[in-house]
Amino acid sequence: MSVVPISYYLVLSAILFGLGAVAVVFKRNIITIFMAIELMLNAVNLAFVAFARAHGQIDGLVFVFFVIVVAAAEAAVGLAIVITITHNRQTLNVERVNLLKL
Amino acid sequence: MSLPFALFFLCALLAVVGAVLLIVAREPIHSALALVLVMMSLAVLYLLLGAEFIAAVQIIVYAGAIMVLFVFVIMLLNAGVEERTDWSRIASFGGTTLGVVLLAVVAFRLARSDVGSGIANGGGSSSQAASTRDLSMALFQQYLFPFEATSILILIAILGALVLARKDE
Amino acid sequence: MLLLDHLWILLALPLAGAATNGLLGKRWPRSTVNSVGVGSVSLAFLAAAELVREFSLLKADQIPYVKSYFTWIAAGPFTVDFSLQVDQLTVVMLLTVAFVGMLIHIYSTGYMAHEGGYYRFFSYLNLFMFFMLTLVMAANLIVMFVGWEGVGLSSYLLIGFWFLKKSAADAGKKAFIVTRLGDFGFTVGILATFWVFGSVQYGEIFGKAASMPIEANSQIGPLTAICLLLFLGAIGKSAQLPLYVWLPDAMEGPTPVSALIHAATMVTAGVYVVARMNPLFSRAPMAMLVVAIVGGLTAFYSATIGLVQTDIKKVLAYSTVSQLGYMFLGCGVGAYAAGIFHLMTHAFFKGLLFLAAGSVIHAMGGEQDMHRMGGLRKKIPVTYWTMLIATLAIAGVPGLSGFFSKDEILEAAASGPHAHPTLWILGLAGAGLTSFYMFRLLFLTFFGPSRYDEHAVHVHESPKNMTVPLMILALFALGGGWFAAPHLVGGTDHFEAFLHPVFQAYAPVGAQVAEQASLAGSAGPSSGLGSEAGELFKALAGWPVIVALIGFVAAWWFYIRRPESAERVRARFGALYQVLLNKYYVDEIYAALFVRPLLWISTNLLWHGVDEVAIDGVVDGVPRVARELGSQLRELQSGNTRSYATWVVLGAVGFTVLLLGLLGMAVH
Repeated sequence: MSVVPISYYLVLSAILFGLGAVAVVFKRNIITIFMAIELMLNAVNLAFVAFARAHGQIDGLVFVFFVIVVAAAEAAVGLAIVITITHNRQTLNVERVNLLKL
Repeated sequence: MSLPFALFFLCALLAVVGAVLLIVAREPIHSALALVLVMMSLAVLYLLLGAEFIAAVQIIVYAGAIMVLFVFVIMLLNAGVEERTDWSRIASFGGTTLGVVLLAVVAFRLARSDVGSGIANGGGSSSQAASTRDLSMALFQQYLFPFEATSILILIAILGALVLARKDE
Repeated sequence: MLLLDHLWILLALPLAGAATNGLLGKRWPRSTVNSVGVGSVSLAFLAAAELVREFSLLKADQIPYVKSYFTWIAAGPFTVDFSLQVDQLTVVMLLTVAFVGMLIHIYSTGYMAHEGGYYRFFSYLNLFMFFMLTLVMAANLIVMFVGWEGVGLSSYLLIGFWFLKKSAADAGKKAFIVTRLGDFGFTVGILATFWVFGSVQYGEIFGKAASMPIEANSQIGPLTAICLLLFLGAIGKSAQLPLYVWLPDAMEGPTPVSALIHAATMVTAGVYVVARMNPLFSRAPMAMLVVAIVGGLTAFYSATIGLVQTDIKKVLAYSTVSQLGYMFLGCGVGAYAAGIFHLMTHAFFKGLLFLAAGSVIHAMGGEQDMHRMGGLRKKIPVTYWTMLIATLAIAGVPGLSGFFSKDEILEAAASGPHAHPTLWILGLAGAGLTSFYMFRLLFLTFFGPSRYDEHAVHVHESPKNMTVPLMILALFALGGGWFAAPHLVGGTDHFEAFLHPVFQAYAPVGAQVAEQASLAGSAGPSSGLGSEAGELFKALAGWPVIVALIGFVAAWWFYIRRPESAERVRARFGALYQVLLNKYYVDEIYAALFVRPLLWISTNLLWHGVDEVAIDGVVDGVPRVARELGSQLRELQSGNTRSYATWVVLGAVGFTVLLLGLLGMAVH
């Protein structure tokens, strides 16, 4: 049993998640936004690990494992997209990337 | 206060500071470094929670590979100063704080309720931390299919990245 | 009992004729159309004759003879069978309709010989016969209503037979719409009947009514209400005040149509209804009074209009309205048999009058204005003589059919149990006017100088297929009243005796019906001269004869002896003359009071208001809303990545709150 109550970890996870969400909404640079998404994923990972410890089940850790792996894949592809966009539009300002509309 | 508590609060503080820095930083490279800080502190927290393997994976893969990739790209693209946001500073500040507080309160209530206290106080079949051995047993027995699927996913991601980043001829 | 058990044959024959001619007649030669059209009705008449023979063999407790063929409507407590019945009243109506109908069909082969749409005419005419027979043979109100509506439809089709002529098409519409007003009352009456009696079958209604008391004059009880509503339908269908306006316009139709439908049969359906529902009427004195008043007023009112009309058919039309008034007057004072008697004799002489008028029009090459006729007596003798007989009959000259029937009605109005002196006076005055305008018609058409161009119009007698029906009808107009004659010399009125069971079976206990006196064979307690001869003399020298004579003399004076005096009277009473000529401007009044406001409401309120604004608004509005909503929602997809991200976050927050709420509720 953890000495530190699990709820503390959960609160921290929530805070980090919230900060990440804020950053996604308010930042302009694509890459920064991306990083904020990674921050959110990390916060979630923390929560999973905490729960895994609390319930004594291994599934939480397995999930974290997969999250990290998928995050890696996603980061790779995402950054590739960013590079492509930058080559086309010469800007990293997300507001200029507005072609995805009807 | 015992060591675990102190360590927890230190790392928690570092994590939050890093997150705030990520938001506040004007240059993307600073945000990237802030994120690395966050990840490191999280790794320590994982250790505190007894998930050594995960902590190791966090550092090696997340902080060591993914963030390096981010830094690469930032430098490659010469990402400069972020343009000034046109929201009012007060609004963004207030909004941020409010959002954070909201989520904290939510988490707190969760923690305080039966669900949370149940979690905090026990419920696990084993009171000791899970070992790497158990994790790998689970991965290769119960979760074999997702494991293999993610490897294919990585393959696809590589292919995708290659195709996307290639210059059109 | 072949036909009694297969009553439907009588209906099937004209229906088959209508269907065959309607579907196949277009390509057939006229002779085939004739065979089918006239043949079906002739067969129907023969069948009716055979039916009467079988009927005469029935015992008293088998009458009315009812046959149900199938359950038509079964809606919970409301069940209606398609059932037909035969009783004495049915027999009278059946013979009248079938006989006169057959004669008119034969006549039409001559009259319509040069017209287009020949097959269509006979198809419609057969269809009419089918519905009329359904009406008189029905055993419940719903089947009768089928016939009722059906004859209205046939009337519309036939009035507007020459539908390319606007006035004809309008007249057809007018007939249908005006009678619709009456039909509304009729429908509500049927509903009320079901509500009060739980059935629409005659037998069941009358059985239940037998135990109901006579309703007081002051309130409108259920029976009174039913009777008044049904009578409203009769007002429409039988062209009484105030719904008579369609009948003069109906003269736009071919003359055989006017003869059959608007003189002999369809318009009498209202009288038939009142007579058929006599058990109810006998217990609703106020309704009877209304019937008598409407009848009497109409009889007089319409006669005044007929005095000055110039179109030969219009005179006859107003005369028909007036005579129908007499029939209702008869029923209204309790002399149902007299009313039906007049119905029958009227079918003979009015049918004859119309057919003869048709013969005149045919001879004159289409001319209908009497002021352009004259002196036709020697040129078309058969037509003249038959028309003379009919005129004598309608005027009430003793010995002919009309005399007996009209006399009975007036006598009942004067001194029967429901007598009303005022109505008697109205009826009497009307009789005088009737005599006047009918002789006027005769004199203007057949006597005096020829007021037309004798070189332009080649006057010729009509062919045999037209004159023979005229002669047959003349025979009946002459002798059709003799069943009642013995009554005047102390014998029994055979007609009334025959119909006695129908009108007495459910008569209220203790109430006197006008028939009683004449059935007993003697004059009853009323007269001072107790002898049989005295009775006969009273009839011969009675008031109806006197006024008929006055009318004849007046007409002779104005149109034979001193034709100029007619002009002088016209000049002196110019305003009155104009009012009468324009039929009291009733059509114009109706147009202003009802037609124009309705049109205005229909156009502005219903069309522009409801249809365009409300309905189109909804129908156009729904897609418009969808379109607006769509274009608003479309702006969500701005392409702005940050707004997308914002929405995602907001959605996530909302979802979390929701989840926590549910969780919180689950926990607590």
